[in-house]
Amino acid sequence: MTPRDVAVVAFARSGHHEPADGLSEAEMLLPVLHDALDQAGLAPGEADFTCSGSSDYLAGRPFSFTLALDGVGAWPPIAESHVEMDGAWALYEAWVKILTGQAGTALVYAHGKPSSGDLRDVLTRQLDPYYLAPLWPDPACLAALQTRALLDAGLIDEAALLTDEAAPVPSADGHPSGTPHAPGARAATDGAAAVVLAAGATARRMCTRPAWIRGIDHRIESHALGLRDLTDSPSTRLAAERAGAFDAPVDTAELHTADAAQEAVLRRALRLDGTVTVNPSGGTPATDPVMAAGLIRLGEAAARIHRGASDRALAHATSGPCLQQNLVAVLEGEPAGHPGAEPEGART
Amino acid sequence: MSSEPVAVVGIGQTHHAAARRDVSLAGLVREAAARALEDAALDWSDIEAVVIGKAPDFFEGVMMPELYLADALGAAGKPVLRVHTAGSVGGSTALVAANLVAARVHTTVLTLAFEKQSESNAMWALSLPVPFQQPLLAGAGGFFAPHIRAYIRRTGAPEGIGTLVAHKDRRNALKNPYAHLHEHGLTLEKVRSSPMLWDPVRYSETCPSSDGACAMVLTGRAGAARAPHPPAWLHGGAMRSEPTLFAGKDFVSPRAGRDCAADVYRQAGITDPRREIDVAEMYVPFSWYEPMWLENLGFAAEGEGWKLTESGATALDGDLPVNPSGGVLSTNPIGASGMLRFAEAALQVRGRAGEHQVPGARRALGHAYGGGAQFFSMWLVGAAPPTT
Amino acid sequence: MPENLTAPLVVAFPFTRSLGPVQSAFLTGLRERTVLGVRTRDGRVLVPPVEYDPVTAEEIRDLVEVGTTGTVTTWAWNPAPRHRQPLRTPFAWALVRLDGADTALLHALDAPHARAVRTGMRVRIRWAAHREGAITDIACFEPYDGTATATAGATPHGGAFADPVTTLTTPARLDYTYAPGRAQTRYLHALAGRRILGERCPSCRRVCVPPRGACPTCGVATAEHVEVGPRGTVTTFCVVNIKAKGLDIDVPYVYAHIALDGADLALHARIGGIPYDEVRMGMRVEPVWTDDSRHPDHYRPAPEPDAAYDTYKELL
Repeated sequence: MTPRDVAVVAFARSGHHEPADGLSEAEMLLPVLHDALDQAGLAPGEADFTCSGSSDYLAGRPFSFTLALDGVGAWPPIAESHVEMDGAWALYEAWVKILTGQAGTALVYAHGKPSSGDLRDVLTRQLDPYYLAPLWPDPACLAALQTRALLDAGLIDEAALLTDEAAPVPSADGHPSGTPHAPGARAATDGAAAVVLAAGATARRMCTRPAWIRGIDHRIESHALGLRDLTDSPSTRLAAERAGAFDAPVDTAELHTADAAQEAVLRRALRLDGTVTVNPSGGTPATDPVMAAGLIRLGEAAARIHRGASDRALAHATSGPCLQQNLVAVLEGEPAGHPGAEPEGART
Repeated sequence: MSSEPVAVVGIGQTHHAAARRDVSLAGLVREAAARALEDAALDWSDIEAVVIGKAPDFFEGVMMPELYLADALGAAGKPVLRVHTAGSVGGSTALVAANLVAARVHTTVLTLAFEKQSESNAMWALSLPVPFQQPLLAGAGGFFAPHIRAYIRRTGAPEGIGTLVAHKDRRNALKNPYAHLHEHGLTLEKVRSSPMLWDPVRYSETCPSSDGACAMVLTGRAGAARAPHPPAWLHGGAMRSEPTLFAGKDFVSPRAGRDCAADVYRQAGITDPRREIDVAEMYVPFSWYEPMWLENLGFAAEGEGWKLTESGATALDGDLPVNPSGGVLSTNPIGASGMLRFAEAALQVRGRAGEHQVPGARRALGHAYGGGAQFFSMWLVGAAPPTT
Repeated sequence: MPENLTAPLVVAFPFTRSLGPVQSAFLTGLRERTVLGVRTRDGRVLVPPVEYDPVTAEEIRDLVEVGTTGTVTTWAWNPAPRHRQPLRTPFAWALVRLDGADTALLHALDAPHARAVRTGMRVRIRWAAHREGAITDIACFEPYDGTATATAGATPHGGAFADPVTTLTTPARLDYTYAPGRAQTRYLHALAGRRILGERCPSCRRVCVPPRGACPTCGVATAEHVEVGPRGTVTTFCVVNIKAKGLDIDVPYVYAHIALDGADLALHARIGGIPYDEVRMGMRVEPVWTDDSRHPDHYRPAPEPDAAYDTYKELL
């Protein structure tokens, strides 16, 4: 069986919102949805399937995703689902839905207002509730454990960290900058992102150069940090293999990381050499809106293909402490001169 | 290209209770998953992916608990998805898992839904205060009671209908060893005289708060052929959502529910659900929702649902048994309640429902809803594989 | 544009966690200054112990006792401890592999400064003075230059203790700042002037109250403000007979859906000024404002005849 061709045909993201903007999640999301839908030539509610990613804990309210639905135009009622995960996994669910043949187009969105709470406290709640959460170890501390493990293993050096804008700040006792310690987490911003997926000929009609999803896969690892090799990311490697990332070289990689050390782990797991442009979007994934940051990596990679700046790009999203869960997608644009006008249904 | 037919080959659930103090969160989900694997005669290594669903994380106070549960579910090195679509989530989760098989992304998938409400307090977790909003109510009963009154006004239903449903479902639960409530001495009179909480809803007409989990193993044709017990085949599945509050919303019979059912029936080739469906497991958290959903799902004409209930048709020995398992009125681990409906429907067509088996059930509907009666998920399963 | 409203929102609950057999043994052991792990079928010793093998998913119940001294496998300096973390002074987070274990446990390591910490250093448990069966029974780790404790290897342990701990209470409080958004802010400011503002959708022309800044059915931004009410019609209601915790309203009371004149959907409010058993669908009502509430305190019967069912049945 030939798998159905599915592409990212539109991507939109908000600017970084300041808490003082005073927007509700629906208000933050609405212009982003319209931007993505306009690019694809879809009206609100017109996509065959809608899927979103967000977190109640981030919002401080149960069922927080229901409020965002006000911006979608869910009338007449729509086929819709939601993952309590980064929007990258909402994209995965939508991709599967299109593969089944039940949908030809899908709207995927994600939103987060980390400014509502203190992320350093909130994210401790996603740790083992018996052994870890009672200690309130904040995410920056956990990331720094990973950095130390990499330094010890000689896989990164302190000089590299010094040039990293995302590196920890010097400690009060004058400890050398770049040595891993728990910094005050850099504040993630509020925002939203949206992507439109479409299959086959529909994708070609909606977008002059669709970013075809050649493969997408995600894998999880043990939650226990003391059990894992923090210098490696076997789940990323496996997801990349299953997504076909190693079948041919990529020219671009958009990586969802907390800091330079995690980028080093991923570069190794994904076998990215100096020829690959990493995070050309200028993105600073660590400050992207939580729950949308992974979807933004996928969207930025796709947008680069749309613009003709990449022919084959890898996009990565992560979730959980120290890269516990990872998603890898491989996106491709067709070579210049491709007729792009196959008969309707030929590839679907 | 046609999609892979989806078969349910393993079903497991926990014993449900107000508080399962004997197990951890991991122990709770394992209990259901292990039973599902045993039913399918499969091992953890046969599972390619795990799809988990539950309602708000505040119930257990663990953000995205699937991260922590990955180890207990043998998921290291596998894909894990976490679905949250409010009360409909148990159903939605099963459908997301089914799509992985239908799309041939995976051949065998474990899907699981749970809630351990005793770790907090359901009333608290459902009604966190919202600044600037006037606190008027706590819990779901007060939210749904006005819609029930609207149904009664619209249809002229006599007031005892809710009592009949509560009595029937609780009696059915006596035949289900996993059910939370086993009220042996329950009589119609006891239901009728139970305290009026949110008039017109009485105490005995409301669902309990439970700890529990439900799991299913889904696979394709080849997996079904190897399964030791008859599978349930997916003939149709759909989700529909509409906004929470809007001008023109019909709270009594939401259009999202009608559209969702219509989509499922179209996929399954059903034109007369009353005659062609043998048994239904519907999400009825307050007893009056049985007649309301009977109309919404096309089993009865508008305004006639209560007559079907009153006639006894929905009893275990009626011609359209509804909630032979005892339903949400007898067992309600919120995030798992929808999957229990889906799983019980599948048990019926597999002929494996035990004492609450509907003899000869060939086609069954599983139904779940959530939020402000705005999120719906349903599936129709059959004893025979789909023909298309 | 009026100032955007925000308000503190506290989400706090003392979660009660039932532990299951393995975690119960481990946490009870900590209370008794004993560290237990589990041995997997292939012989690895996991500390802290889990109920299911993270690799094979097998259930594991084979408890062993390990040492209270161990080795740092990785660490991170924490210059500014947050208030619920184990120590108040700067410390290192460390993964420590206890003697006899094959995996490492995360906890705090008390050290004077970062230069005093290195991977591979030897540490021992500093027990909390008051222990109750929780991970915090380990106060922290501290540097240790002695030899390994007696149980250098892992020795079998039955896991039985007197008065075992079976549940864990974990209070968790998170502080949020809630921002209702621009549309709600405008609505709330208008309420302060005792006016109820809806928004009209530019597409379907219907009026939504309270407004959200978007038409929920059309998915387009709404900006046209429309004053609705003050009178309205009770479309449906229930009589609340149970007192909810933290809700200062005497029961029984009537919780009603009220379609304000000019609005295309009902909002929710309490009905007063009439015995609860005399409230009717179709009753005409008007708001009663008080000085201590932003919202109308309740709605009371208005001096006019009930609305006919046909006039509001579409709003049910």
